Amino acid sequence: MTTIEITYREAMRAAIRDALLRDDRVFLMGEDVGRYGGCFAVSLGLLEEFGPERIRDTPLSESAFVGAGIGAALGGKRPIVEIMTVNFSLLALDQILNNAATLLHMSGGQFNVPLVIRMTTGAGRQLAAQHSHSLEGWYAHIPGIRIVAPATLEDAQGMLWTALRDPDPVLIFEHGSLYQMKGTLDNGEIRPVDIDRAAVRRPGRDVTVITYGGTLGTCLRAAEELASDGVDVEVVDLRTLRPLDDATVLDSVTRTHRAVIVDEGWRSGSLSAEISARIIEQAFYDLDAPVERVCSAEVPMPYAKHLEDAAIPQPADVVSAVRRVVGDGS
Amino acid sequence: MTRDEAHAAMRDALRQVAPDADFDTLPPETSLRDDLELDSLDFENLVVQLSERAGTRIDEDAYPQLTTVGGCVDYLAGLQTAR
Amino acid sequence: MAADTFEFTMPSLGADMDEGKLVEWLVKPGDEVAKGDIVAVVETAKSTIEVECFHPGVVDKLIVEPGTTVPVGAPLATMSSGRATEPSRPAAVPAESTPATPAPGPVAGDRPPVAGPLIRRLASQLGVDLSAVHGTGHDGAITRADVRRAASRQPEPAPGPQPPPPPAGVRISPFAQQLADKLGVDLATVTGTGRAGAIRAEDVRAAAERKPTEPAAAAERAEPTEQPAPVSRKEAATDRNEAMRQVTARLMARSKREIPHYYLRTTVDVTDTLAWVRERNRELPITERILPAGLFLRATALAATEVPALNGYWQDDAFVPSPTVNLGLPVSLRGGGLITPAIADAAQLDLADLAVKMRDLATRAKAGRLRGSELTGATITVTNLGELGVELVYGVIYPPQVALVGIGKIVERPWAVDGELRVRSIVTITLSADHRATDGATGARFLSALSRALNQPERM
Repeated sequence: MTTIEITYREAMRAAIRDALLRDDRVFLMGEDVGRYGGCFAVSLGLLEEFGPERIRDTPLSESAFVGAGIGAALGGKRPIVEIMTVNFSLLALDQILNNAATLLHMSGGQFNVPLVIRMTTGAGRQLAAQHSHSLEGWYAHIPGIRIVAPATLEDAQGMLWTALRDPDPVLIFEHGSLYQMKGTLDNGEIRPVDIDRAAVRRPGRDVTVITYGGTLGTCLRAAEELASDGVDVEVVDLRTLRPLDDATVLDSVTRTHRAVIVDEGWRSGSLSAEISARIIEQAFYDLDAPVERVCSAEVPMPYAKHLEDAAIPQPADVVSAVRRVVGDGS
Repeated sequence: MTRDEAHAAMRDALRQVAPDADFDTLPPETSLRDDLELDSLDFENLVVQLSERAGTRIDEDAYPQLTTVGGCVDYLAGLQTAR
Repeated sequence: MAADTFEFTMPSLGADMDEGKLVEWLVKPGDEVAKGDIVAVVETAKSTIEVECFHPGVVDKLIVEPGTTVPVGAPLATMSSGRATEPSRPAAVPAESTPATPAPGPVAGDRPPVAGPLIRRLASQLGVDLSAVHGTGHDGAITRADVRRAASRQPEPAPGPQPPPPPAGVRISPFAQQLADKLGVDLATVTGTGRAGAIRAEDVRAAAERKPTEPAAAAERAEPTEQPAPVSRKEAATDRNEAMRQVTARLMARSKREIPHYYLRTTVDVTDTLAWVRERNRELPITERILPAGLFLRATALAATEVPALNGYWQDDAFVPSPTVNLGLPVSLRGGGLITPAIADAAQLDLADLAVKMRDLATRAKAGRLRGSELTGATITVTNLGELGVELVYGVIYPPQVALVGIGKIVERPWAVDGELRVRSIVTITLSADHRATDGATGARFLSALSRALNQPERM
């Protein structure tokens, strides 16, 4: 088997193409996904290959096209709906929360909604306070939907097909800074991956750093730096934000006895708060230090580069937090 | 019982009831009750030990003679002459 | 038939015991145990005790390793009650080939005491070491009441050149606490290196590694089979004495805090009784001689039978009489300290049997070979300080008992008998009694019965 060099964007595109080829019920719709090739160029070239029936440009109305996607799913299709950014998804929150997440329950199990919604999340590209927030933690609050956050090329390529096979709504959060990430993958058939389990991306003995999506790389860089100081960091990638895989997290924390949670969302009421609570609930007696969190500053995301950098978790922030939990008491 | 035998018997018996006492350093006038802090049970056990070693019954009438370490040795040595 | 399994737990060997150290196992997995068999040796602050198992069964697994200190109620071993329920081993395999002792390793059932953050905070405010607190809540959880009770029993910091106790409010991580319990590390000896001086796991591990080089600590942890250096033994004895002092301090402070004592005394002419005893002793084998101490025990047992209101426990604001008279017998240990074994059902023993029993108990108490069941269950205590020259004892009651009899020295005194002055042997006997349970009139009847019994030795 040969390998190819590929970007996160190309891996995602390959996953959509693969799904369109595998199952003719699958179609992609969203703003600018067709002729423009997607606002992050994920769907570039797909209109030419699959035609306007399956690569559909929509009006600028998130509520309308997400609602249409729900209807199509109920009608037997397998729609992939793309929303430009998580900030805009709030216009469709009514459809997602009140319809997609609830119809199975409210129909007494008669109507499931096999819908996949992809959207971009996160900061780091100077897109300011209306395009840069990390609100996946909000969605992870909602019962009835599954939330995944591919942070690697394998997950970018493998999660979509598994999500499409899920009988219920799945939201895929793609961190905007990842699209340019480059790496190698096996050149061959697309391999679907599970969307249930967290993954240990780097084994270590001294401390567990728990993260997902865009900050996985931040944490791995911090771990490298700490390794040169003799601190052995284990990095856990949550992958699925709802339902959370407690077992993998707790297994790691009960081995290392220390936990740092890195979450680009705001700290108050965040996913990091939920994970911290679960660790306290289930592994209190195994902790050797208070749980630490590294989150975004609680401000609307700044435009200026140095302010944006200061607002979001950086490797140095993770390094300091780890040093606090394993550190010398200073 | 010779004086040496009496000494040995007292040393052995004392080791049983007061293992922390070093017989060889105790002056003869050492009081069993006040210095060695033997209570009545300890004392009774000491009498049992001495009786076994002397091969004869020691009655309560003899107790007034058995108040010090030296008194016990004298009493045991005296038994031999009586025998 | 499936065997029922049950746990053999650290017994409570007295109201003053919160935890005990397993010193030695006398059984191994696969051993069949009959009711009352001695299965283990446990060290408390007061003594080394042989502990019996009161349910017949087969030992499945030894959970706690020798040298481990666990709270009262913690499982020590699992046992199954069914006999011969194990599939029989192939005949070719000799029984000796099975491992006699479990492989050393992490102790399975050694859970730390369960205590929530609020309880920990309270404990740290009150300076209570939670590892020493016995939880009475759900699943052994430590409650606020447990912490407060432990706080009220806290000993004063020992003066002198001892290392200072940890400052009140010492911080320790939950994992470090758990590790300290497992490794048997005294947290007072650990310096925290975490934030705000918090003790963390590595501090506990470092302390555990340091231990063998510190003589006092080493002696404390030494295996029973090892021969510790004389210095260490002496220091260990000092530790033991201090621990025993603290235990006695807590119990007696509780007594004086909770029990409204009243005191009665009576003087008894025992001249004729002693003459009778002397005569009898001439006939008895030397090892069965009756001591005056035995007389007083017997008389107390008879009096307690006649006046049962002083024989039992004060529990939950009510007196619970005991169907049997179990005499507590304080024994002073050579080298200091006090231990109080009990003679069970003493009223059923005649004078000769009681004398033998008393001698046996006292001898074994001093040798540190008492059994667990012999340390508990006293329903009334007799303390005899007369041998030390004391004429009058005003004793402190052992909670939850309600009475204590004090025996003074037998002295020769001028005494009026039948209108004439004679020299007689006189003893002063006191009763300390719990006024919650009885009034003075009851106590008076008790002392009167005791005097009467003493004067009728032939009826004892």
